[in-house]
Amino acid sequence: MASLPKTSDRPPTVLVTWLKWLGSRGMVHVALISLMILWSIPTLVMLISSFRDPSDIASSGWWNVFANPFDFTIENYRNVLDARGMWQSFLNSLVITIPATLLPILVASFAAYAFAWMRFPGRNALFLLVVALLVVPLQMTLIPVLRLYVDLTPGAELPSFDLPVLGGTIGGGKLFGVNSFVGLWVAHTAYGLPFAVFLLRNFFGALPRDLFESAYLDGASDLTIFFRIVLPLSGPVIAALVIFQFLWVWQDLLVALVLLGDPDLSPMMLTITNLVGSHGTQYQLLTAASFISMIVPLGIFFALQRYFVQGILAGSVKG
Amino acid sequence: MIGRRWWVPWLWLAPTLVLLGVFLVYPSIDTIRRSFLDTGSDSWVGLDNYQFIVENPQPLVADTHSALMNNVLWMTMFTLFTVAIGLGIAVLAGRVRYEAVAKATIFIPMAISFVALSVIWRFMYEFNSDIGTVNAVTTGAGGLLRDIGMDSNLSEPTAWLQNDGSPQTVFTDAGPDDLPGPFQINNMALITVGIWNWTGFTMIILSAGLKSISTEVLEAARVDGANEWQIFRRITVPILSPTIVVVSTTLIIQTLKTFDLVWVMTGGRFDTDVVATLFFRQAFVIGDFGVGAALAVVLMLFVVPIMVLTIRRFQFQEEIR
Repeated sequence: MASLPKTSDRPPTVLVTWLKWLGSRGMVHVALISLMILWSIPTLVMLISSFRDPSDIASSGWWNVFANPFDFTIENYRNVLDARGMWQSFLNSLVITIPATLLPILVASFAAYAFAWMRFPGRNALFLLVVALLVVPLQMTLIPVLRLYVDLTPGAELPSFDLPVLGGTIGGGKLFGVNSFVGLWVAHTAYGLPFAVFLLRNFFGALPRDLFESAYLDGASDLTIFFRIVLPLSGPVIAALVIFQFLWVWQDLLVALVLLGDPDLSPMMLTITNLVGSHGTQYQLLTAASFISMIVPLGIFFALQRYFVQGILAGSVKG
Repeated sequence: MIGRRWWVPWLWLAPTLVLLGVFLVYPSIDTIRRSFLDTGSDSWVGLDNYQFIVENPQPLVADTHSALMNNVLWMTMFTLFTVAIGLGIAVLAGRVRYEAVAKATIFIPMAISFVALSVIWRFMYEFNSDIGTVNAVTTGAGGLLRDIGMDSNLSEPTAWLQNDGSPQTVFTDAGPDDLPGPFQINNMALITVGIWNWTGFTMIILSAGLKSISTEVLEAARVDGANEWQIFRRITVPILSPTIVVVSTTLIIQTLKTFDLVWVMTGGRFDTDVVATLFFRQAFVIGDFGVGAALAVVLMLFVVPIMVLTIRRFQFQEEIR
């Protein structure tokens, strides 16, 4: 909170002081906190509902829990976790999402560097094409891709190993094509590229030219400039990309639905959707399952948040 | 920069170009081809599929024209509010000590999958004001107004996702029941969900951009006596404008593809269809690949003006740096 301003020798009344504070700093807090409250309500409704009894949800509003605060149950969560395959699906989601987040960002940053700082014929036309591909509906591409994948699926399998203490298996499935984690990584990489190239090209292009020229004159190669200058300066935007790509892959239903038929390989979203199918409109189960699926993306967000808060770019350019 | 062999850029681009070619370019060309073929993609039908979209004689399929208008409404309202609120929060949050908490709060909806999103918002918009949060608030406000002697439609709950009447009927009987085009209560309710879901996206990217503004510039302006509004208007927004354009472009393109949210919330009923839901229904529910592909091509044509603007801006950036 801002310190209260001392503006005159006479002791100001509380009201005047308060109004002055409101005019100078207070409005920032009022506006921000109102938006924060407004934005949290739906999530709060979801959280509260996931702890309520099914009959309560259907008959009274969530705000009634404040009148009766200890009437909670964890039965919904127990129910969801006991539902077959939820833990295995959680592991599968991690196996799918981590490579499918890092690969597109690496591949896209190479391309973005070329688009931003190299001259070659057809550069604008190619970049235009990448931007245009942002609009291609994913659904449209799945039929040709599925046909290609069916033809390319080998007999060989990806090695898998069992987790010792927690249970469950990591890996498995075909080496490529349908029912393959590798096939899914490649597909998600391709689908993530247009946005990643677009965003990174913009940030790389906005870096000051002097930086590149002096490094180039000092005899630095493209690879050196890319890894030593461009990537370190792009911390905040790469953190943002990691978060979004992670979210999109983690929340993907469509691609997994088409390319993974084997239930042993199903990610969480597929399992939750099946839960919706088999348990109809039972809000308490769906809200609990949704909350379990939110934990990892939120963890990633909190882990990377400091990159935005610190502002790496401002610091390095100054030095 | 000079002294680079001609094939070096292509080496850097190769993985991207191969992946995009296989997964996006080839399927797009295949779709364009299919838009000139019949239902099962067997024989050539010329422009028949496009004619079907324009004339749209089939009453079972939602009106293509209203779907296009709905897309235009999404494109303007969703983009405007998401960018404005996201920018506002990014700027405000940068000036308080609880920045991390504020950003996390706005970001949380992004972590909710669309399956969960549909569950929670149908619950929020529930007609029964005993359990539907939005109707509980509006009917509560209506009750308060009635107590001070003002009658309004607020005292009755609204079917937010079904009602395709004009927005002011939520409050009053004055004015027309229906407005032309996409100005419907249910469209506004859907766009609200979209804004709630996506503001975290604009906030984070704009915030990453804000952090790149040197604090020295801001301090210099403060020393010269600029007030906070002047700093925002004359320094922050101009420096941030490339990022704002990128975010807006991305959002506009996202709105062209708007599918999940409408599909799970209303299934396109009550005149809430957008082009992507029409496309999905034609191609995968009705099974008419010809018309489905033609709708996808219409979507792709929409992006041409955006591409032209984008490339102009990058050429400009090239000149000034």
